[in-house]
Amino acid sequence: MIAFEDWLQLTEAGLYCAPGGFHIDPSRPVDRAVITHGHSDHARGGHGAVLATPETVKVMQARLGKDSAGRFQPQPLNDPLRHGDVTIRLHPAGHILGSAQIELTYRGQRAVVSGDYKRTPDPTCALFELVPCDLFVTEATFGLPVFRHEPDWREIGRLLASVQAFPERTHLIGCYGLGKCQRLLALLRRAGYDRPIYLHGALKSMTDLYIACGQSFGELVLVSEAGRGLAGEIVLCPPSALKDRWSRRLADPVTAFASGWMRVRGRARQRGVELPLVISDHADWPQLIETIAETGAEEVWVTHGREEALVYQLGRMGKRARALALLGREDEEAED
Amino acid sequence: MKAFAALLDRLVYSPGRNTKLQLMQEYFRTTPDPDRGWALAALTDGLPFSFPVRRTIVELMDKRLDAELFRLSRDYVGDTAETVALLWPDTEAQGDPPRLSEVVSRLGLIDAQELGDVIASWLDRLDATGRWALLKLLTGALRVGVSARLAKTAVAGMAGHSVDDVEEVWHALSPPYQPLFDWLEGHAERPDIAGAPVFRPLMLAHALEDSELADLDIGEFSVEWKWDGIRVQIVAGRGEVRLYSRTGDEIGASFPELISMFRFDAVIDGELLVLRDGKVAPFNDLQQRLNRKSVTRAMLERYPAHVRLYDALLIDGEDLRPLPFIERRRRLERWHAEVRPPRTDVSELIAVADKEELHRIWRETRGAGIEGLMLKRRASPYLAGRPRGHWYKWKRAPITLDCVLMYAQRGSGRRSSYYSDYTFGAWKELPDGSLELVPVGKAYSGYTDAELIVLDRWIRNNTVERFGPVRAVRPALVLEVAFDAVQRSTRHRSGVAMRFPRIHRIRWDKPAEEAERLDTLVGLIEG
Repeated sequence: MIAFEDWLQLTEAGLYCAPGGFHIDPSRPVDRAVITHGHSDHARGGHGAVLATPETVKVMQARLGKDSAGRFQPQPLNDPLRHGDVTIRLHPAGHILGSAQIELTYRGQRAVVSGDYKRTPDPTCALFELVPCDLFVTEATFGLPVFRHEPDWREIGRLLASVQAFPERTHLIGCYGLGKCQRLLALLRRAGYDRPIYLHGALKSMTDLYIACGQSFGELVLVSEAGRGLAGEIVLCPPSALKDRWSRRLADPVTAFASGWMRVRGRARQRGVELPLVISDHADWPQLIETIAETGAEEVWVTHGREEALVYQLGRMGKRARALALLGREDEEAED
Repeated sequence: MKAFAALLDRLVYSPGRNTKLQLMQEYFRTTPDPDRGWALAALTDGLPFSFPVRRTIVELMDKRLDAELFRLSRDYVGDTAETVALLWPDTEAQGDPPRLSEVVSRLGLIDAQELGDVIASWLDRLDATGRWALLKLLTGALRVGVSARLAKTAVAGMAGHSVDDVEEVWHALSPPYQPLFDWLEGHAERPDIAGAPVFRPLMLAHALEDSELADLDIGEFSVEWKWDGIRVQIVAGRGEVRLYSRTGDEIGASFPELISMFRFDAVIDGELLVLRDGKVAPFNDLQQRLNRKSVTRAMLERYPAHVRLYDALLIDGEDLRPLPFIERRRRLERWHAEVRPPRTDVSELIAVADKEELHRIWRETRGAGIEGLMLKRRASPYLAGRPRGHWYKWKRAPITLDCVLMYAQRGSGRRSSYYSDYTFGAWKELPDGSLELVPVGKAYSGYTDAELIVLDRWIRNNTVERFGPVRAVRPALVLEVAFDAVQRSTRHRSGVAMRFPRIHRIRWDKPAEEAERLDTLVGLIEG
């Protein structure tokens, strides 16, 4: 029996599959990269060749440019691909549109590099698929037991109640442009909200891409085309615009921010928002523990986040757990 | 408990006064008795208990979660109660959340041994926000950025009453305030307060604008000195004495030498001062006496308290408030001469022949160390609140000095996208002859909306360093600052602090090197 370290190594660029000759989500340009999803701390430009799901390829080309890699190879989900002695297979990760876990099989050993993931159903992307494996490589963005995300419909309910209670004000929600924005749009529509939803210009291109991939979000209007005021309406913007001069055009906005961090009051206060919404695209603590247990993996590597508590807890569960402390991963939820 | 928790959760994150009022009104309108009454108590005078629950909840948590995971979580969250609220297992299925009234009445009778079990059973029935609110409630202090007066304003607004209508009856009521809600909702008469030693809402003065002064007929006004202490209301009768601050807080405990001496039946309005050898001491001296739970003999001797009386609301059960000021004043003088309460005197009326003389007296206030003048319309009844056209305060002219903008901080609420709070400094000469800028004050008013926009832009373009919401700027912009006085301060590096500073003018034309020296400010320290 070989050790996992014999074929999955940590280089300066990140996780490297030696027999396949490719990196996964490398933090600097490499010859060959397999990419889990399109957030900028995972998908960077300048690689020789990129393999990813067709949606992730579209996201990368839209954000980084058509020529941001020497060659893009779209690889459908659940379609095994032999590469040297390694078999690669992509499975949905439930994080954002196109996000995938990467299953690698080599000499009878199976490793799953999960990227970022969540188990909560999300109308804008495929549901996480559990893949039994020997080694599970996990994130730990919310790797503390205090992080238990509220049901998303409940948070949307709080938002809509606030819109009703303050009809003379705009509700301005800060959210990341890839994933969170579109999930909020879909959740609002599911909750029966049928007024136009207003978008900051920076959120348009990724939303258009989701629509091109088959999503529908009802009537969307750009704030720049709607004029000033927008009392009683819901406006989505990137987090950086919440306190920007841009927001002055709106009617005494109730500022909201949608993120898993909003569970902790100190973090919510740091953001200075009036309505913190606990909506996250990452696994919370119970999901992390449950997922790792269900994969049956005896060995677990933790890539980024609050790994100390998770490694400790996995030790209590009798797993071999190790923190990789990968460079270049954002502490925040996938920031634009 | 659920609605109350949701209310507290919104309040802590809402900076705007109107937003807070709306949130509270919605809660009081939709929540049944007696829950809303207990909520009102928690938001105003507090609940009749306070439990040091930190140890208890840590022990409860220990049975439910590994100690190391708790430690890591606590380190991250920073607050023990919040950590427990977040970590507590979700077992909402174990029954409906407890009602606020259920929690309050159970806690009123609880003995220490059962406290842990009772808290645990409640935590089991609440969600994360509910658990957080419960633990906050147990400690007795909510700290959600709502003053007692704001909460009262909210209930008053339910029925279109003013906060003063509520203040008038407030001190005769106790939680859960059923008679108050019955009255506000039109189910009952206004609660009866006759004879109770309760706070009566004050009549307040407007700042006198220059334009208003021109139109005043000075013959219709009485003039008094504006004393630099704090406004108090003495309420005495039936062997009880209360000393209330302007906001209706009872502060008698800090002034036993007054409380023990007052034996009369009256409600009197006056200024609390420290008086030494007949001379009013600086405000700083009075501050030494405020907010103290226990008072030492040394404090009593060093900072002797005194009340300078200027109005009478009730005397011997008779309500004088409908009478004209001049008549109330006459009754006050007569009463004072008869009763002679120790440590009091009656504020002097200044004889003023005409406006010219009034101006002259006003100009001399600074030199005399007096804060300014009060103008009271002789014919005015005693009206609660701040009615227009009756009482004016005319503060002495401010001092203005040119200072240099050093730091700017983002405002809150409506101003959260603007750098609207300014820290400014003066030049300090160092032993080697070079100059260093040291902060002397902070102001967030005095400029117009148009000036704010220009200042905001200048600050963004001249930032040299950022610390969270604060920006340090190039020392290049001179602000003419108006302020009332300079005090010694141990909290500021410069050793001085300005009283009531505001931005008077932006001196775009003035080079920063020509701004004021620290020595000038030190020379202005009073007392």
